Amino acid sequence: MKKIIQIFLNGILKENPVLIMAIGLCPVLACSTTATDAVGMSIAATFVLVCSNFIVSMIRKIIPTQIRIPVFIVIIATFTTIVDYVMQAYAPRLSDNLGVFVPLIVVNCIILARAEAFAYKNSVVHSIVDGLGMGFGFFVAIVSLGIIREFLGSGTIFNSKPILSNPAVIMILPPGAFLVIGCLVTLVKYIENKVKKDKKKIVSNLPSECEGCTMKLICIGQLQANIKKSG
Amino acid sequence: MNSNTPLIAILVSSIFVNNIILMRFIGLCSFFGVSNRLSSALGMSLAVTFVMSLATTISWLIYNFVLIPLNLVFLKIIVFILVISSLVQLVELFMKKNLPMLFKALGIYLPLITTNCAILGVTFLVVDYKFNFLQSIVFAVGTATGYSLAIILFSSIRERLEIAPLPNAVKGYGIVFITAAIMSLSFMGLIGLFGF
Repeated sequence: MKKIIQIFLNGILKENPVLIMAIGLCPVLACSTTATDAVGMSIAATFVLVCSNFIVSMIRKIIPTQIRIPVFIVIIATFTTIVDYVMQAYAPRLSDNLGVFVPLIVVNCIILARAEAFAYKNSVVHSIVDGLGMGFGFFVAIVSLGIIREFLGSGTIFNSKPILSNPAVIMILPPGAFLVIGCLVTLVKYIENKVKKDKKKIVSNLPSECEGCTMKLICIGQLQANIKKSG
Repeated sequence: MNSNTPLIAILVSSIFVNNIILMRFIGLCSFFGVSNRLSSALGMSLAVTFVMSLATTISWLIYNFVLIPLNLVFLKIIVFILVISSLVQLVELFMKKNLPMLFKALGIYLPLITTNCAILGVTFLVVDYKFNFLQSIVFAVGTATGYSLAIILFSSIRERLEIAPLPNAVKGYGIVFITAAIMSLSFMGLIGLFGF
Protein backbone atom coordinates (compact mmCIF):
# COMPACT_ATOMS: atom_id res chain seq x y z
CA MET A 1 0.00 0.00 0.00
CA LYS A 2 2.82 2.34 0.93
CA LYS A 3 4.50 1.63 -2.38
CA ILE A 4 1.30 2.40 -4.31
CA ILE A 5 1.00 5.83 -2.70
CA GLN A 6 4.67 6.44 -3.38
CA ILE A 7 4.27 5.56 -7.09
CA PHE A 8 1.24 7.85 -7.36
CA LEU A 9 2.97 10.82 -5.73
CA ASN A 10 6.10 10.22 -7.79
CA GLY A 11 4.25 11.24 -10.95
CA ILE A 12 2.93 14.43 -9.41
CA LEU A 13 5.96 15.72 -7.55
CA LYS A 14 9.35 14.13 -8.05
CA GLU A 15 9.03 13.12 -11.68
CA ASN A 16 6.31 15.45 -12.88
CA PRO A 17 6.45 14.76 -16.61
CA VAL A 18 5.95 18.36 -17.71
CA LEU A 19 7.39 20.62 -15.04
CA ILE A 20 10.43 18.54 -14.03
CA MET A 21 11.19 16.32 -17.01
CA ALA A 22 9.92 18.67 -19.76
CA ILE A 23 8.44 15.93 -21.93
CA GLY A 24 5.06 15.85 -23.68
CA LEU A 25 5.14 19.60 -24.15
CA CYS A 26 3.24 19.97 -27.42
CA PRO A 27 -0.30 19.45 -26.04
CA VAL A 28 0.56 21.34 -22.85
CA LEU A 29 1.38 24.50 -24.76
CA ALA A 30 -1.10 24.15 -27.60
CA CYS A 31 -4.20 23.08 -25.65
CA SER A 32 -3.94 25.50 -22.73
CA THR A 33 -5.52 28.60 -24.25
CA THR A 34 -8.57 27.99 -22.05
CA ALA A 35 -8.86 25.99 -18.84
CA THR A 36 -11.72 23.90 -20.31
CA ASP A 37 -9.60 22.72 -23.25
CA ALA A 38 -6.81 21.92 -20.83
CA VAL A 39 -9.07 19.70 -18.72
CA GLY A 40 -10.34 17.91 -21.84
CA MET A 41 -6.83 17.29 -23.13
CA SER A 42 -5.54 15.97 -19.82
CA ILE A 43 -8.47 13.58 -19.43
CA ALA A 44 -7.91 12.23 -22.95
CA ALA A 45 -4.17 11.79 -22.41
CA THR A 46 -4.62 10.21 -18.97
CA PHE A 47 -7.13 7.70 -20.37
CA VAL A 48 -4.66 6.62 -23.07
CA LEU A 49 -1.81 6.53 -20.56
CA VAL A 50 -3.63 4.36 -18.02
CA CYS A 51 -5.04 1.97 -20.64
CA SER A 52 -1.72 1.53 -22.44
CA ASN A 53 0.12 1.00 -19.14
CA PHE A 54 -2.51 -1.62 -18.20
CA ILE A 55 -2.23 -3.56 -21.46
CA VAL A 56 1.57 -3.31 -21.69
CA SER A 57 2.09 -4.54 -18.14
CA MET A 58 -0.41 -7.35 -18.70
CA ILE A 59 1.32 -8.72 -21.80
CA ARG A 60 4.86 -7.67 -20.91
CA LYS A 61 6.06 -11.25 -20.54
CA ILE A 62 5.01 -12.27 -24.05
CA ILE A 63 6.30 -9.19 -25.94
CA PRO A 64 9.63 -10.03 -27.60
CA THR A 65 12.28 -7.50 -26.54
CA GLN A 66 13.34 -6.56 -30.07
CA ILE A 67 9.92 -5.47 -31.33
CA ARG A 68 8.52 -4.03 -28.12
CA ILE A 69 8.51 -0.39 -29.32
CA PRO A 70 6.28 -1.11 -32.36
CA VAL A 71 4.00 -3.16 -30.09
CA PHE A 72 3.72 -0.26 -27.64
CA ILE A 73 2.98 2.13 -30.49
CA VAL A 74 0.17 -0.05 -31.85
CA ILE A 75 -1.39 -0.36 -28.38
CA ILE A 76 -1.20 3.40 -27.82
CA ALA A 77 -2.53 4.14 -31.33
CA THR A 78 -5.56 1.90 -30.71
CA PHE A 79 -6.56 3.78 -27.57
CA THR A 80 -5.88 7.13 -29.24
CA THR A 81 -8.26 6.17 -32.05
CA ILE A 82 -10.92 5.30 -29.46
CA VAL A 83 -10.47 8.67 -27.70
CA ASP A 84 -10.54 10.53 -31.02
CA TYR A 85 -13.83 9.00 -32.14
CA VAL A 86 -15.51 9.19 -28.73
CA MET A 87 -14.57 12.87 -28.49
CA GLN A 88 -15.88 13.59 -32.01
CA ALA A 89 -19.18 11.95 -31.10
CA TYR A 90 -19.82 13.30 -27.61
CA ALA A 91 -17.75 16.52 -27.39
CA PRO A 92 -17.55 17.92 -30.92
CA ARG A 93 -16.68 21.47 -29.78
CA LEU A 94 -13.78 20.21 -27.67
CA SER A 95 -12.66 17.99 -30.54
CA ASP A 96 -12.61 21.01 -32.87
CA ASN A 97 -10.64 23.11 -30.38
CA LEU A 98 -8.01 20.44 -29.76
CA GLY A 99 -7.82 19.59 -33.48
CA VAL A 100 -4.75 17.69 -34.58
CA PHE A 101 -3.53 17.28 -31.00
CA VAL A 102 -5.97 14.46 -30.25
CA PRO A 103 -4.44 12.07 -32.82
CA LEU A 104 -1.01 13.35 -31.78
CA ILE A 105 -1.49 11.80 -28.32
CA VAL A 106 -0.06 8.71 -30.00
CA VAL A 107 3.43 10.24 -30.14
CA ASN A 108 3.20 11.91 -26.74
CA CYS A 109 6.58 11.13 -25.19
CA ILE A 110 5.07 10.69 -21.71
CA ILE A 111 2.99 7.69 -22.75
CA LEU A 112 5.73 5.86 -24.66
CA ALA A 113 8.27 6.67 -21.96
CA ARG A 114 6.04 5.25 -19.21
CA ALA A 115 5.28 2.12 -21.23
CA GLU A 116 9.00 1.58 -21.75
CA ALA A 117 10.39 2.72 -18.42
CA PHE A 118 7.67 1.53 -16.05
CA ALA A 119 4.87 -0.68 -17.38
CA TYR A 120 7.25 -3.02 -19.19
CA LYS A 121 8.97 -3.86 -15.90
CA ASN A 122 6.21 -3.69 -13.27
CA SER A 123 3.00 -5.44 -12.23
CA VAL A 124 -0.46 -4.51 -13.52
CA VAL A 125 -1.65 -2.72 -10.38
CA HIS A 126 1.52 -0.68 -10.01
CA SER A 127 1.41 0.27 -13.70
CA ILE A 128 -2.18 1.51 -13.46
CA VAL A 129 -1.29 3.59 -10.40
CA ASP A 130 1.76 4.95 -12.21
CA GLY A 131 -0.45 5.90 -15.16
CA LEU A 132 -2.89 7.67 -12.86
CA GLY A 133 -0.09 9.50 -11.04
CA MET A 134 1.64 10.62 -14.22
CA GLY A 135 -1.72 11.58 -15.72
CA PHE A 136 -2.50 13.65 -12.64
CA GLY A 137 0.91 15.32 -12.82
CA PHE A 138 0.16 16.17 -16.45
CA PHE A 139 -3.30 17.43 -15.41
CA VAL A 140 -1.82 19.72 -12.73
CA ALA A 141 0.67 21.22 -15.19
CA ILE A 142 -1.67 21.75 -18.15
CA VAL A 143 -4.63 23.01 -16.10
CA SER A 144 -2.56 25.49 -14.09
CA LEU A 145 -1.13 26.74 -17.38
CA GLY A 146 -4.65 26.91 -18.83
CA ILE A 147 -6.06 28.84 -15.87
CA ILE A 148 -3.19 31.36 -15.85
CA ARG A 149 -3.34 31.90 -19.61
CA GLU A 150 -7.12 32.18 -19.75
CA PHE A 151 -7.16 34.59 -16.80
CA LEU A 152 -4.43 36.86 -18.16
CA GLY A 153 -5.35 36.52 -21.84
CA SER A 154 -9.15 36.65 -21.90
CA GLY A 155 -9.86 37.73 -18.33
CA THR A 156 -12.08 34.72 -17.54
CA ILE A 157 -11.74 31.42 -15.67
CA PHE A 158 -13.52 28.34 -17.09
CA ASN A 159 -15.54 30.60 -19.45
CA SER A 160 -16.94 32.64 -16.55
CA LYS A 161 -17.94 36.30 -16.74
CA PRO A 162 -14.95 38.56 -17.52
CA ILE A 163 -12.97 39.38 -14.38
CA LEU A 164 -10.21 41.47 -15.93
CA SER A 165 -11.37 44.43 -17.98
CA ASN A 166 -8.25 44.79 -20.13
CA PRO A 167 -6.78 41.33 -20.71
CA ALA A 168 -3.35 40.92 -22.33
CA VAL A 169 -4.26 39.07 -25.52
CA ILE A 170 -0.64 38.02 -26.03
CA MET A 171 -1.11 35.41 -23.28
CA ILE A 172 -3.50 33.29 -25.34
CA LEU A 173 -1.25 33.60 -28.41
CA PRO A 174 1.78 31.30 -28.89
CA PRO A 175 4.42 33.54 -27.21
CA GLY A 176 2.32 33.67 -24.04
CA ALA A 177 2.38 29.88 -23.77
CA PHE A 178 6.18 29.75 -23.84
CA LEU A 179 6.41 32.64 -21.39
CA VAL A 180 3.99 31.17 -18.83
CA ILE A 181 5.54 27.70 -18.90
CA GLY A 182 9.00 29.27 -18.62
CA CYS A 183 7.90 31.11 -15.49
CA LEU A 184 6.21 27.98 -14.06
CA VAL A 185 9.30 25.81 -14.61
CA THR A 186 11.47 28.50 -13.03
CA LEU A 187 9.14 28.69 -10.03
CA VAL A 188 9.17 24.90 -9.57
CA LYS A 189 12.95 24.82 -9.78
CA TYR A 190 13.25 27.72 -7.31
CA ILE A 191 11.07 25.90 -4.77
CA GLU A 192 12.93 22.64 -5.41
CA ASN A 193 16.28 24.34 -4.76
CA LYS A 194 14.93 25.86 -1.57
CA VAL A 195 13.40 22.66 -0.22
CA LYS A 196 16.21 20.23 -0.76
CA LYS A 197 19.85 21.10 -1.04
CA ASP A 198 21.06 17.60 -1.91
CA LYS A 199 19.00 16.83 -4.98
CA LYS A 200 19.58 13.41 -6.45
CA LYS A 201 19.81 13.14 -10.17
CA ILE A 202 17.13 10.96 -11.73
CA VAL A 203 19.43 9.92 -14.52
CA SER A 204 23.06 9.09 -13.97
CA ASN A 205 25.86 7.33 -15.86
CA LEU A 206 24.87 8.93 -19.15
CA PRO A 207 27.04 10.64 -21.75
CA SER A 208 26.96 14.40 -21.28
CA GLU A 209 25.18 14.95 -24.61
CA CYS A 210 22.15 13.12 -23.23
CA GLU A 211 21.68 15.62 -20.39
CA GLY A 212 19.26 17.92 -22.18
CA CYS A 213 17.58 15.31 -24.35
CA THR A 214 13.95 14.52 -23.71
CA MET A 215 14.26 11.08 -25.25
CA LYS A 216 16.78 9.91 -22.67
CA LEU A 217 14.20 7.80 -20.85
CA ILE A 218 13.55 5.75 -23.95
CA CYS A 219 17.27 5.50 -24.70
CA ILE A 220 18.00 4.30 -21.18
CA GLY A 221 15.40 1.57 -21.52
CA GLN A 222 17.10 0.38 -24.68
CA LEU A 223 20.48 0.54 -22.99
CA GLN A 224 19.28 -1.55 -20.07
CA ALA A 225 17.65 -4.07 -22.37
CA ASN A 226 20.91 -4.45 -24.30
CA ILE A 227 22.86 -4.92 -21.08
CA LYS A 228 20.36 -7.53 -19.90
CA LYS A 229 20.58 -9.36 -23.22
CA SER A 230 24.35 -9.40 -23.36
CA GLY A 231 24.69 -10.79 -19.90
CA MET B 1 -5.85 26.61 -45.74
CA ASN B 2 -7.69 24.31 -48.11
CA SER B 3 -7.32 22.62 -51.48
CA ASN B 4 -7.61 25.97 -53.33
CA THR B 5 -4.66 27.66 -51.65
CA PRO B 6 -1.91 28.51 -54.20
CA LEU B 7 1.41 26.71 -53.81
CA ILE B 8 3.50 29.80 -53.05
CA ALA B 9 1.13 30.78 -50.26
CA ILE B 10 1.38 27.28 -48.75
CA LEU B 11 5.17 27.47 -48.88
CA VAL B 12 5.47 30.89 -47.23
CA SER B 13 2.81 30.13 -44.66
CA SER B 14 4.36 26.82 -43.63
CA ILE B 15 7.87 28.26 -43.30
CA PHE B 16 7.16 31.57 -41.58
CA VAL B 17 3.58 32.48 -40.70
CA ASN B 18 2.43 29.12 -39.36
CA ASN B 19 5.88 27.93 -38.30
CA ILE B 20 5.33 24.41 -37.02
CA ILE B 21 7.28 24.88 -33.79
CA LEU B 22 6.84 28.49 -32.77
CA MET B 23 3.24 28.97 -33.92
CA ARG B 24 1.66 25.50 -33.95
CA PHE B 25 3.57 23.86 -31.08
CA ILE B 26 4.16 20.57 -32.90
CA GLY B 27 7.52 18.82 -32.50
CA LEU B 28 8.58 20.59 -29.32
CA CYS B 29 10.20 17.55 -27.68
CA SER B 30 12.94 17.28 -30.25
CA PHE B 31 13.12 21.07 -30.54
CA PHE B 32 14.08 21.45 -26.89
CA GLY B 33 15.86 18.10 -26.72
CA VAL B 34 18.51 18.40 -29.41
CA SER B 35 18.93 22.16 -29.74
CA ASN B 36 21.74 22.46 -27.18
CA ARG B 37 24.43 22.18 -29.90
CA LEU B 38 24.39 23.71 -33.37
CA SER B 39 25.84 20.53 -34.88
CA SER B 40 23.12 18.28 -33.46
CA ALA B 41 20.45 20.78 -34.53
CA LEU B 42 21.82 20.64 -38.08
CA GLY B 43 21.80 16.83 -38.08
CA MET B 44 18.28 16.65 -36.70
CA SER B 45 16.91 19.19 -39.18
CA LEU B 46 18.43 17.32 -42.12
CA ALA B 47 16.96 14.03 -40.89
CA VAL B 48 13.55 15.64 -40.30
CA THR B 49 13.51 17.27 -43.76
CA PHE B 50 14.33 13.97 -45.41
CA VAL B 51 11.86 11.80 -43.50
CA MET B 52 9.07 14.39 -43.46
CA SER B 53 9.00 14.76 -47.25
CA LEU B 54 9.11 10.99 -47.75
CA ALA B 55 6.56 10.17 -45.04
CA THR B 56 4.04 12.77 -46.22
CA THR B 57 4.26 11.54 -49.81
CA ILE B 58 3.75 7.91 -48.85
CA SER B 59 1.03 8.51 -46.29
CA TRP B 60 -0.87 10.76 -48.75
CA LEU B 61 -0.77 7.97 -51.34
CA ILE B 62 -1.88 5.35 -48.81
CA TYR B 63 -4.66 7.56 -47.44
CA ASN B 64 -6.12 8.46 -50.85
CA PHE B 65 -5.60 5.19 -52.71
CA VAL B 66 -6.00 2.59 -49.96
CA LEU B 67 -7.84 3.92 -46.91
CA ILE B 68 -10.54 5.98 -48.67
CA PRO B 69 -11.53 3.35 -51.31
CA LEU B 70 -11.64 0.62 -48.65
CA ASN B 71 -13.55 2.78 -46.14
CA LEU B 72 -10.83 2.35 -43.55
CA VAL B 73 -10.33 6.02 -42.67
CA PHE B 74 -10.77 5.25 -38.97
CA LEU B 75 -7.49 3.32 -39.06
CA LYS B 76 -5.50 6.37 -40.13
CA ILE B 77 -3.75 6.95 -36.78
CA ILE B 78 -2.47 3.37 -36.59
CA VAL B 79 -1.58 3.19 -40.28
CA PHE B 80 0.29 6.52 -40.35
CA ILE B 81 2.40 5.80 -37.28
CA LEU B 82 3.27 2.34 -38.60
CA VAL B 83 4.17 3.79 -42.01
CA ILE B 84 6.46 6.31 -40.38
CA SER B 85 8.18 3.88 -38.03
CA SER B 86 8.77 1.28 -40.73
CA LEU B 87 9.92 4.01 -43.13
CA VAL B 88 12.47 5.21 -40.59
CA GLN B 89 13.73 1.65 -40.16
CA LEU B 90 14.00 1.20 -43.92
CA VAL B 91 15.84 4.48 -44.39
CA GLU B 92 18.19 3.52 -41.59
CA LEU B 93 18.99 0.13 -43.17
CA PHE B 94 19.37 1.64 -46.64
CA MET B 95 21.70 4.39 -45.39
CA LYS B 96 23.81 1.99 -43.36
CA LYS B 97 24.43 -0.15 -46.44
CA ASN B 98 24.68 2.40 -49.25
CA LEU B 99 25.43 5.81 -47.74
CA PRO B 100 27.67 5.18 -44.72
CA MET B 101 28.85 8.80 -44.62
CA LEU B 102 25.31 10.13 -44.34
CA PHE B 103 24.46 7.41 -41.82
CA LYS B 104 27.33 8.51 -39.61
CA ALA B 105 25.98 12.06 -39.59
CA LEU B 106 22.26 11.34 -39.22
CA GLY B 107 22.25 7.84 -37.69
CA ILE B 108 21.55 8.74 -34.08
CA TYR B 109 18.72 11.10 -34.96
CA LEU B 110 16.77 8.66 -37.07
CA PRO B 111 15.29 6.52 -34.24
CA LEU B 112 14.17 9.69 -32.45
CA ILE B 113 12.15 10.68 -35.50
CA THR B 114 9.63 7.89 -34.99
CA THR B 115 8.33 9.69 -31.93
CA ASN B 116 8.73 13.16 -33.43
CA CYS B 117 5.25 14.64 -33.51
CA ALA B 118 6.21 17.04 -36.32
CA ILE B 119 6.33 14.19 -38.86
CA LEU B 120 3.04 12.63 -37.79
CA GLY B 121 1.46 16.06 -37.33
CA VAL B 122 2.14 17.04 -40.94
CA THR B 123 0.57 13.83 -42.27
CA PHE B 124 -2.60 14.57 -40.27
CA LEU B 125 -2.68 18.25 -41.25
CA VAL B 126 -2.41 17.34 -44.93
CA VAL B 127 -5.48 15.11 -44.53
CA ASP B 128 -7.33 17.79 -42.52
CA TYR B 129 -6.68 20.49 -45.13
CA LYS B 130 -7.68 18.11 -47.98
CA PHE B 131 -4.55 19.04 -49.97
CA ASN B 132 -3.85 17.49 -53.37
CA PHE B 133 -0.63 15.60 -54.04
CA LEU B 134 1.52 18.55 -55.15
CA GLN B 135 0.24 20.79 -52.35
CA SER B 136 1.04 18.09 -49.80
CA ILE B 137 4.63 17.83 -50.94
CA VAL B 138 5.08 21.60 -50.94
CA PHE B 139 3.53 21.77 -47.48
CA ALA B 140 5.84 19.02 -46.17
CA VAL B 141 8.98 20.65 -47.60
CA GLY B 142 7.92 24.08 -46.34
CA THR B 143 7.15 22.77 -42.86
CA ALA B 144 10.49 20.96 -42.71
CA THR B 145 12.26 24.17 -43.76
CA GLY B 146 10.39 26.06 -41.05
CA TYR B 147 11.41 23.42 -38.50
CA SER B 148 15.06 23.63 -39.56
CA LEU B 149 15.00 27.43 -39.50
CA ALA B 150 13.60 27.53 -35.98
CA ILE B 151 15.86 24.83 -34.50
CA ILE B 152 19.05 26.18 -36.09
CA LEU B 153 18.38 29.76 -34.95
CA PHE B 154 17.43 28.51 -31.51
CA SER B 155 20.51 26.32 -31.04
CA SER B 156 22.83 29.20 -31.93
CA ILE B 157 21.14 31.28 -29.24
CA ARG B 158 21.37 28.43 -26.71
CA GLU B 159 25.09 27.98 -27.29
CA ARG B 160 25.55 31.59 -26.20
CA LEU B 161 23.15 31.25 -23.27
CA GLU B 162 25.39 28.58 -21.77
CA ILE B 163 28.13 31.07 -20.99
CA ALA B 164 25.75 33.80 -19.84
CA PRO B 165 25.61 34.50 -16.08
CA LEU B 166 22.10 33.47 -14.94
CA PRO B 167 20.32 33.01 -11.60
CA ASN B 168 20.22 29.33 -10.57
CA ALA B 169 16.46 28.89 -10.84
CA VAL B 170 16.29 30.11 -14.45
CA LYS B 171 19.10 27.83 -15.62
CA GLY B 172 18.07 24.82 -17.66
CA TYR B 173 14.58 24.80 -19.08
CA GLY B 174 13.37 28.10 -17.61
CA ILE B 175 15.53 30.37 -19.75
CA VAL B 176 15.08 28.07 -22.74
CA PHE B 177 11.29 28.53 -22.68
CA ILE B 178 11.56 32.28 -22.20
CA THR B 179 13.97 32.50 -25.16
CA ALA B 180 11.48 30.54 -27.23
CA ALA B 181 8.77 33.02 -26.18
CA ILE B 182 10.80 35.92 -27.55
CA MET B 183 11.51 34.04 -30.79
CA SER B 184 7.84 33.21 -31.15
CA LEU B 185 7.00 36.87 -30.58
CA SER B 186 9.30 37.86 -33.43
CA PHE B 187 7.72 35.28 -35.74
CA MET B 188 4.30 36.77 -34.93
CA GLY B 189 5.45 39.90 -36.70
CA LEU B 190 5.06 37.95 -39.95
CA ILE B 191 1.32 37.37 -39.50
CA GLY B 192 -0.56 38.91 -42.40
CA LEU B 193 2.07 38.01 -44.98
CA PHE B 194 0.24 36.69 -48.10
CA GLY B 195 -3.07 37.13 -46.30
CA PHE B 196 -2.46 34.55 -43.55
